[in-house]
This record gives sequence, C-alpha cells and structure tokens, in this order.
Amino acid sequence: MKIKTFGRHSKEAFKNIGRNGWMSFASISAVTVTLLLVGVFLTLVLNLNAFGDQLEEDVEIRTFIDLTAEKEQQDELKAKIENISEVESVTFQSKEEGLDNLIDNLGDQGEVFESLKDENPLSDEFVVKTSDPQDINRVADQIKQFEYVENVEFGQETVNRLFKVLEISRNVGLGLVIGLLFTAMFLISNTIKLTIVARRTEIEIMKLVGATNWFIRWPFLIEGVLIGIFGALIPIGVLIYGYYFLTDLISTRYPTFFIDLLPVTPFVYQLAALLVVLGVIIGVWGSLTSMRKFLKV
Amino acid sequence: MIEMNDVWKTYKNGIKAINGIDVKINKGEFVYIVGPSGAGKSTFMRMMYREEKPTSGKIIINGKDVGKMKNKNVPKLRRDIGVVFQDFKLLPKLTVYENVAFALEVIEENKTVIRKRVMDVLSLVNLKNKARFLPDELSGGEQQRVSIARAIVNNPVILLTDEPTGNLDPDTAWEIMNLLDEINNRGTTVLMATHNKDIVNSFRKRVIAIEDGLISRDEARGEYGYED
Repeated sequence: MKIKTFGRHSKEAFKNIGRNGWMSFASISAVTVTLLLVGVFLTLVLNLNAFGDQLEEDVEIRTFIDLTAEKEQQDELKAKIENISEVESVTFQSKEEGLDNLIDNLGDQGEVFESLKDENPLSDEFVVKTSDPQDINRVADQIKQFEYVENVEFGQETVNRLFKVLEISRNVGLGLVIGLLFTAMFLISNTIKLTIVARRTEIEIMKLVGATNWFIRWPFLIEGVLIGIFGALIPIGVLIYGYYFLTDLISTRYPTFFIDLLPVTPFVYQLAALLVVLGVIIGVWGSLTSMRKFLKV
Repeated sequence: MIEMNDVWKTYKNGIKAINGIDVKINKGEFVYIVGPSGAGKSTFMRMMYREEKPTSGKIIINGKDVGKMKNKNVPKLRRDIGVVFQDFKLLPKLTVYENVAFALEVIEENKTVIRKRVMDVLSLVNLKNKARFLPDELSGGEQQRVSIARAIVNNPVILLTDEPTGNLDPDTAWEIMNLLDEINNRGTTVLMATHNKDIVNSFRKRVIAIEDGLISRDEARGEYGYED
C-alpha cells in the first residue's frame, strides 16, 4: 500500500469515528474499562505468581535432630537423608545459628530471646531442600522414619492452601476478563456496523467503479485499531502511575511488608505494551466481524 | 464484447429471473433492453458486472468468463464497465467535481491524471461551470449527467444504464439520450434498460426484449412494442 493511500484510509477512519461520535465513545469506554480490569487483574496475578514461586523456592523440611545424637550419628543421618533421590541439598544448622536466625527475623521483639543464649532450648537441625517442591510430603515421611530424628516440620499445607486460593482467583478473574473482552469486541463491531450503514452508497459506488476489496476494508480496519488504541490510553496511564505509587508506598511506609512486588521497570512497560496489543486485537477482531457481516467484500 | 450462452439465474429465494439466454453484443453497439417490470432486465445487466453470478451458463465480457472469475478479479472487470442508475447515486456531501473524481481516487489513480480526466469528462457532459456545486443544487438532468460522467471517467468499454431517464421529464430525457449517443459514437458499447416508449421508437437502435427471463425479441432497429 502506498503511503498516500494509507494516509487517505487513516483520514477516513478518523472521520468515521467522528461521524458516530457517541457510539465511538461507548466503544472506547468499553475498551477502557476492559483493559483497566485486565491490567489490574494481570498486575495481581503476575505478582501473586512471583510470590508463589518465591514460596515454592522457600519450601524446606526442617529436620530436628535428637539431642542425644553424637557427631558421628549426625553424619550418618545426613548421609541417609542425602541418599534419598529427591533430595537436592542438606544443610546443617546448629542450635546457636537457629537462635540467631530467630532473633534476626523477629527484629526488635527478638531481643527478649537474647537472654536464652546461655541455655538454648532449640535443637540442631538439618535443612533439607527437595529438587521438586511437590515431593516434599514423601521425603518428609521418609525422614521421619530415620533414627535420631526428633521431629520434622514443613509448611506444605499453608503453601497448598495458598496455591488453591491463587488458582481460584485466577480462574474467576480470567472468566471475567474474557467476558469483558467479548463485550468490548461486540461494541466495536456495532460501531463499525453503523459506519458501514452510514456509508452504504459510498461503498456501493466504490465497488461499482472497481475499488479493490482491501481498499474498501482498510478504513474500517483502521477505525477498529484506533478505537482499541484510544481505549488503551487511560488504563496504561492509570496502571503505570498506580503501580509506581503502590511500590513507592510499600517501600517507604511498610519496608517489612512480606511480599516483594515485581520491580516497576520493566514490568509497567511490558504491561503497557500488552494492553496496547490487546486493544488492537479487540479492535481488529471487532471490525473483521462487522465487515464479514455487513460489508460483503 | 458481450456474449451469453445458455445463461440461467435462479435466486436463493427460488425466483427464476433468467431462463436460458443466448445473446451477442458487439463492440460499439447501442442496445435497448425492454420488457415488463420484473422480467429480468436488471438481473441481465447485473450479471455482466458480476453483481450477480449466473446459476449456469457462460457470460463472456471483453474475453473474460465473468461467471467463473475469482472474486479478487472482479474489481478489474468493473473498471471496464460503467454503470448508471435511475436514482443517480451521487454522494450528497461531495461537489460535482469530487463525485466524479471519487471514481478515480478509489482505484488509486494519481492526482494529475484525475484532474485532467475529470475536467475532460465534465466538459463532455457540459457541467464544467458547475464543478463546485453540490448535487442538491443541480436539476435532475444535471445530476444524471454527473452520474454518467462518473461512470465514464475511467474510459470503460461498456456503459450499462438502468432506466437513466426514469426520473426525468421528456426534454431532459432527450438531453441524456444525446449524451449517451455521443458516448456511443466515441466507441463505447452502450446498453440501456428502459420503459421509455417514445425514446425507443424515435431514437431507433437495436432492441432486445426480455420477458419471463427469456429474450422474446431481438431486432436491429426495433420498436418498443409494449403498451404501458
């Protein structure tokens, strides 16, 4: 297509949008609402996913060693645990290190435990990681059977429950977004249908004098794309600013907040690009639908 | 130029519009298509520019089999055929000049060529001085001349006109006839579907009568032949 022709098609597309002002406004608003929800939802899901991965990473079996075990027996136990094929690593943590960690983790409140340093109530332990977090139940059961194991502890149930909640909210959100995408698409296709009806004679003449089908289609396709892009502008602004604000708020006011948000860049730019692409897809899809039905070229 | 062999057309709703037509029209002819309303005149012409496909049979326009033509080649076919309607079909918001130029713009002709061709054709239809007028500001005859100008601005080899004088008073109708005659004299094949008895009987040309989807009469210098 020649540049001049593209210019003509774009001009026609803008004219079409202006001609059906209110309907265009309605479609753009529908795209805006849809993409805004898609954006918020994606921000949540992606952050929760990252959080989930983080948790999975952190899943470990804490194997507390019987106080009566000597160094030799501890080594024997370590070897046995390492022999389990699903085990990735076994790290020894003395009870002194355990107490230090505890005090560190509790921050200010940990100071009260300082006095326990002389009479440490904790046990020595092995921190066991499995190569696949899914295996953790089985490995823990096996370790429990070994001699000199006082107790095993792992947070699997909490993690499982969290994943379930994540999955449900993801599915519900996805359903909602798909429904909205269809609504926006339908509104765009309706707007373009109005344009086509308004330009019936023009299209008829174009066909009669031998304009190619694509020459007739282009303005409507561009109209759809423009509606999609215009609809993406506000959501992009809101999301970039909102996300920036949120991460800023969390890092300055609640530095100990337990979830690390994905870093602002490149996340917001990727999200913005995705929203534009989605807007364009809805627009093209909407115009193709109405063209197939009403243009018959 | 135009050739039909055993052409049939049945619409999806079951109406049989054309029931086996054989006809041959040579380059440069002027042909009236007459017959009662609903006899198949419009379908006959619409099949020539592939607005309708024949159900069976062969239609050759300019050496090309129109029935079997792929959709993507239809625009090319239509650049060889000009079409004029009873209701003009002008774009109300465009000036006379723009209406005619539109036909060339949408086939991506370049600006200088457009300008020259449009001015030439407007002087042929004698509307050069009204180039900046809107269709609403013109009389019926003038509007029809604009629509003829638009149909021939691309130098088509065939001009199809469907009741071009249908909405016009007798004097204006004659004006249009003279114009069509002049276009025909320049070598364009002209087909004119009409109910205008006076014109057919006094401006003698070949007459093809279509009744019930069949050619009932084909005379070299025929008469209208109906009382209506």
